[in-house]
Amino acid sequence: MTVPTRRQILISAVALIGGTGMSSLLAIKPTSATPAMMRAAIRKVVGEAPLRKGKVRLDLPPLIENGNTVPMTVSVDSPMTEADHVKAIHVFNEKNPQPNVLSVRLGPRAGKAAISSRIRLADSQTVTAIAEMSDGSFWSDEADVVVTLAACVEGI
Amino acid sequence: MARALINVPASAKRGEVMEIKTLISHPMEPGYRTNSTGEILPRDTINLFVCTYNGEEIFRAELSPAIAANPFIAFSTVATASGKLEFKWTGDNGFSATESVAITVE
Amino acid sequence: MSLWPRSFVLSCGVPLFGAVVSVSLAIGGEIPLSERMSGYDFMSRGTQAMQDDDSANPAMLSVLDGEALWNAADGATSKSCADCHGDARLSMKGVAARYPAIDRAGSRPVDIATRVNICRAEQQKANPLPLEGKKLLAISSYIGLQSRGMPIGVAIDEGTRPFLQSGREMFFQRQGQLNLSCAQCHDDNWGQKLSGAPIPQGHPTGYPLYRLEWQSLGSIQRRLRNCLIGMRAEPYPYGAQEYVVLELYLMWRARGMKMESPAVRP
Repeated sequence: MTVPTRRQILISAVALIGGTGMSSLLAIKPTSATPAMMRAAIRKVVGEAPLRKGKVRLDLPPLIENGNTVPMTVSVDSPMTEADHVKAIHVFNEKNPQPNVLSVRLGPRAGKAAISSRIRLADSQTVTAIAEMSDGSFWSDEADVVVTLAACVEGI
Repeated sequence: MARALINVPASAKRGEVMEIKTLISHPMEPGYRTNSTGEILPRDTINLFVCTYNGEEIFRAELSPAIAANPFIAFSTVATASGKLEFKWTGDNGFSATESVAITVE
Repeated sequence: MSLWPRSFVLSCGVPLFGAVVSVSLAIGGEIPLSERMSGYDFMSRGTQAMQDDDSANPAMLSVLDGEALWNAADGATSKSCADCHGDARLSMKGVAARYPAIDRAGSRPVDIATRVNICRAEQQKANPLPLEGKKLLAISSYIGLQSRGMPIGVAIDEGTRPFLQSGREMFFQRQGQLNLSCAQCHDDNWGQKLSGAPIPQGHPTGYPLYRLEWQSLGSIQRRLRNCLIGMRAEPYPYGAQEYVVLELYLMWRARGMKMESPAVRP
């Protein structure tokens, strides 16, 4: 069972360039999102409202030893009262095959706006977390992460 | 047999914020991986996780294939009354799992 | 106890802690006992936190399955492990820390998975569970948990010594297209980076473990196969005696270190 890791794609690309002359096979491309796709996915959630930096804290390790399972915490500075709370938290990425990561609905019953999970990150990239507030405003935080690969794996 | 592990305080004071940790076994096959003959392994993921407290929804999460295998989700809720927390996961191929935990609120 | 540094005492072949450990050659590069570190110490804090929290450690899902299997009747006798062994927390305490061990009836060391299958065949009259299958891993992880926190200590005596020597030879043997030996990475270059990842010392303190790379629980044999593939050597099939003998050596090399099963590793 082959996982098309970046390492494998680079190896196969180099092997082809190395001189089989079969240029049609050079069209091997990993499916991945792009920063533009991430922005489009964010726009779908945020609409035309301004996206402000602040209140949100996206915790990801800056150096990730395995992109298969990355611990992530998103916390938002909010009193979580009926009048002033976080309605939703959305997380997006820019290099996985598709831009969405997680969307959660919260409310005043949460007590505090903090969620944790474990996510997959295909490559070194920027991850964005957005908080949707009860007053309709949107706040965000970004994290730049470097994803390394494990050595000595199952596939060659 | 989808095994789930739920961690909730056995008891809490009214108004206290309770941390809830959930872990469920599931491969979360993203639908982008290929096998050794180049065929795509079909997507098999959990898409939705909902938690209700005495019947009322208090938390909802939409999971994408970017959530790691054996999804771990931790969140919190205010202890209001004694009763039951129910957790439900649903996903591809008709996947459905539920767990419930009793809580005591003083 | 003498005032001489431990490594000097070891290379002299002087009895250590009451057990006769005859080291025929002072092989350069062996990690001094006091400098040994578990793979845990090479992990990021996030991954360490995953292992430390039983409600977040994905390996605990297998342990729960293992507990259920321990209590489930099976085989022609319709007996469960519990029917003979009772509460695993008592009967299995410290067991995984001293495996591989020579089965009473046999003459070769066996690992926990094989021992479970021997028991199934002899006591439950049940079919052996597939090696590296979910059920056998689950039972192994449940048994492994009962040694958590205890020091590793495999018995080295006339029975096991020849196997220990074989295992040691394997560890120092260059192999594969890359012509590497285990010792070259794990004795001589631990702490350095390989493809951006730190090379650990290779102590089996936490098996079976949840490897993030696999996104599932696996045995030491699965990990050793990954090593062999990494060296571009032909991996032995699951259940091969080579793995058991190497595991025996690795557990001896890790003697005194604390068990962490079921661990998490990248």
